[in-house]
Amino acid sequence: MKQEVRLIQGNEAIAEGAIYAGSRFYAGYPITPSSEIMSECAKIMPKVGGIFIQMEDEIGSIAAVVGAALAGAKAFTATSGPGFSLMQENLGVAIAGEVPCVVVDVQRCGPSSGAATKPGQADVMQIRWGRHGDQSIIALCPSTVAECFLLTIQAFNFAEKFRTPVILATDEVVAHERQNFAIPAPGDIPVVNRKPPTVSPEKYRPFDAEEDGIAPLAVYGSEYVFHISSSMSGPDGVTNSKPDNIQWKVDQLNRKFEIHRNEIVLTKSYDTDDMDVLLIAYGATTGASRAAALEARKNGIKAGVLQLVTIWPFPDKEVEMLAKRVKSVMVVEMNYAGQVAGEVQKVIGSHVELKRFNKYNGQNISPRDILAAL
Amino acid sequence: MKDDSDSTYEVVLAGSGGQGLVSSGIMLGEAAILEGKNVTQTTSYGIFQRGGLSIAEVIISDEEILYQRVQDPDIVLALNDDGMNLYASLGEKGIPIFYDTTLVQKQEGENLYGYPFTEMANKLGHSGMANVIALGAVVAKNRMIRVESLEAILGRRFTGKMLEMTIKALYKGVALVTE
Amino acid sequence: MLQETGRKYLRSGVLPHMWCSGCGIGIMMGALLRSFEELEYKNKDIVVVTGIGCTGKLDDYVTTNALHGTHGRALAFATGIKAFKPDLKVVVLMGDGDCVTIGGNHFIHAARRNIDLTAIVVNNFNFGMTGGQASGTTSGGKITSTTLYGNPENDIDISALACVAGANYVARITPYHGWELKQYIKEGLMKKGFSLIEMISPCPTNYGKYNKMENPLQMLRWLKEKGVSSEDYARLGESEKDEYFVIGKLCDRDIPDFNTRYEEIRVRALSS
Repeated sequence: MKQEVRLIQGNEAIAEGAIYAGSRFYAGYPITPSSEIMSECAKIMPKVGGIFIQMEDEIGSIAAVVGAALAGAKAFTATSGPGFSLMQENLGVAIAGEVPCVVVDVQRCGPSSGAATKPGQADVMQIRWGRHGDQSIIALCPSTVAECFLLTIQAFNFAEKFRTPVILATDEVVAHERQNFAIPAPGDIPVVNRKPPTVSPEKYRPFDAEEDGIAPLAVYGSEYVFHISSSMSGPDGVTNSKPDNIQWKVDQLNRKFEIHRNEIVLTKSYDTDDMDVLLIAYGATTGASRAAALEARKNGIKAGVLQLVTIWPFPDKEVEMLAKRVKSVMVVEMNYAGQVAGEVQKVIGSHVELKRFNKYNGQNISPRDILAAL
Repeated sequence: MKDDSDSTYEVVLAGSGGQGLVSSGIMLGEAAILEGKNVTQTTSYGIFQRGGLSIAEVIISDEEILYQRVQDPDIVLALNDDGMNLYASLGEKGIPIFYDTTLVQKQEGENLYGYPFTEMANKLGHSGMANVIALGAVVAKNRMIRVESLEAILGRRFTGKMLEMTIKALYKGVALVTE
Repeated sequence: MLQETGRKYLRSGVLPHMWCSGCGIGIMMGALLRSFEELEYKNKDIVVVTGIGCTGKLDDYVTTNALHGTHGRALAFATGIKAFKPDLKVVVLMGDGDCVTIGGNHFIHAARRNIDLTAIVVNNFNFGMTGGQASGTTSGGKITSTTLYGNPENDIDISALACVAGANYVARITPYHGWELKQYIKEGLMKKGFSLIEMISPCPTNYGKYNKMENPLQMLRWLKEKGVSSEDYARLGESEKDEYFVIGKLCDRDIPDFNTRYEEIRVRALSS
């Protein structure tokens, strides 16, 4: 059946994507520029058998999401930088407890309360390193309304498959733009569910990883009774601070991302076959970079674009492979420090010239901005 | 000025928060979708729900739209003085600038088209019709989409007396340009 | 005749427990596990949610489902569980640090939301685990390791707060009153809506050391003497009231809980 093409906002597409992926639990606290995700969920969840709950703050929101996920929900929340900061400690619980869930961070101009309605991309490092302790996480960056929808499903699929929180790191530009998009028919996009236990209930331990590095996860209320802890705990989920156990636990939390790295790291490249200059972009800066590269070619500069769809784990191999073939690389991002540029620098070293194009005045980066910098 | 091979239209609707510009932008975008076109609609606004300068942009194209924001407007509608001041000079470059003379200081200049949209709307019985009249004029002027597509979108959004009024308003706007 | 009850909810090999002699947490645990048994709850249907601190260690002792969360946030984790799976029996165990110091906002809102959780708070008047610092329930003038010259702040009345915030069931008791403790826990578990059982049990090791209550026996005598019925409390002179506290059922009502009201919302959403 042909699906109807609609004019859909990025934030609405995220809510629709979550429902499509099977999410039936949303807990959140209002914050610009993410609030439309919450409003959509308030509207849809009660109609599809789901729960929508407005919590007292973002700390409670992510806590409720973790609780619901352990009770069997595909659960998510959405926020922006200030709220995301508040979520960090309990996001750590989700990481340590290997609890599948999705957190949408609609990045806005900061620091602090900043400019709530203006875009930014300065949460890249907060997403990766905002929590204390040894841990890894997955973060995906949509650049269009279609990607908002599709990557939300991808985020839930990764969360369920790898038993981890996944961050959908969008920005005010992509969140608020409206584009023509046809929501795919049910079944057109694969939806992944967590791996349930196969051992008998007496033998089940919630952190017994299988060969793929992932431990099956039961749900509260099933025959499988289990224990999840924020404290350093053993395969049975019970507190255990022995050195061997600590090392095993930290290894398990990080190793699964290394095992499945190639499946998790997603990139798209445009006109990179014969390029001299490589533009690296993510989220809102992708479209501007692609438009700039096309324009640059008209002026005789052979430019290509690498879009980082996954920003964490960082696409080091993909960057390295393309950077090898060019004279210079330019990273286009809406932050002061060049948070992704720094990662690119780590990968390419001093072999290739690295240019940073940073704009942090709350305004979009336009193709003309990029062309001028080229 | 655009050449005939360029299928992309960039539209700017500038005014105050609460004037319904975003709704107008959405209706324009939805009408373009009916014609199978690609659309991107964006908004820039202040931190408040009401007042200030609010700009709704619509890009309509047969091609993939890469950059979300308007770079070279093909047509502008201004519903307050701030919006007019920002865009009036584009008239000299051949860009039609429509504005509401009920709300905006009258200005002389090339390609500046002032009409009393709000006054006309009040006469129709609802000040909210000003946007629809203005949209009718904008679409009739630059033919980025067919007026019938917009009419079809109005048919989805409104019913009964309200629909009758909006369609009347739409064609009042069209008539401003065609007559 | 002695009867061992509640055993099937206790993990094997965990006794003796970690709590100090004179601390009421172990007594509360016994009462909780016996309540489960008397109400014939299945392990799989129970989720024990804890915060951080001495009381927050309790999840490691039980054979039910458990979630050990972060300091002060246990109620929010539990809210997610209960909202999504209303059939589960969700019990939240907190100290006064969890409940009304770092987590006060969640406490107010869990009560306001009237979500069907049974919260048990062990009020030991200080932060026991970290060395006896003042908490939100340390009374004015009392000595702790962070109020060495007397506490310049006032304490929060946990039970009164729960009542005004909208809890359906509130009771205050002490570990001296073992039978009533279990009874209130059972009533809390059976009550639909937010239930709070506050157990006054001063920390003998830290708070006791500074405030002449370190001897377990003295402590029990103090609890027996100072915990009085609301009628007896009302008869006390104003100057005496600071020395006593009310025990018993403080609030018992049947306002529809969150999940019941959410079901009504669903019906309205589907018909809109």
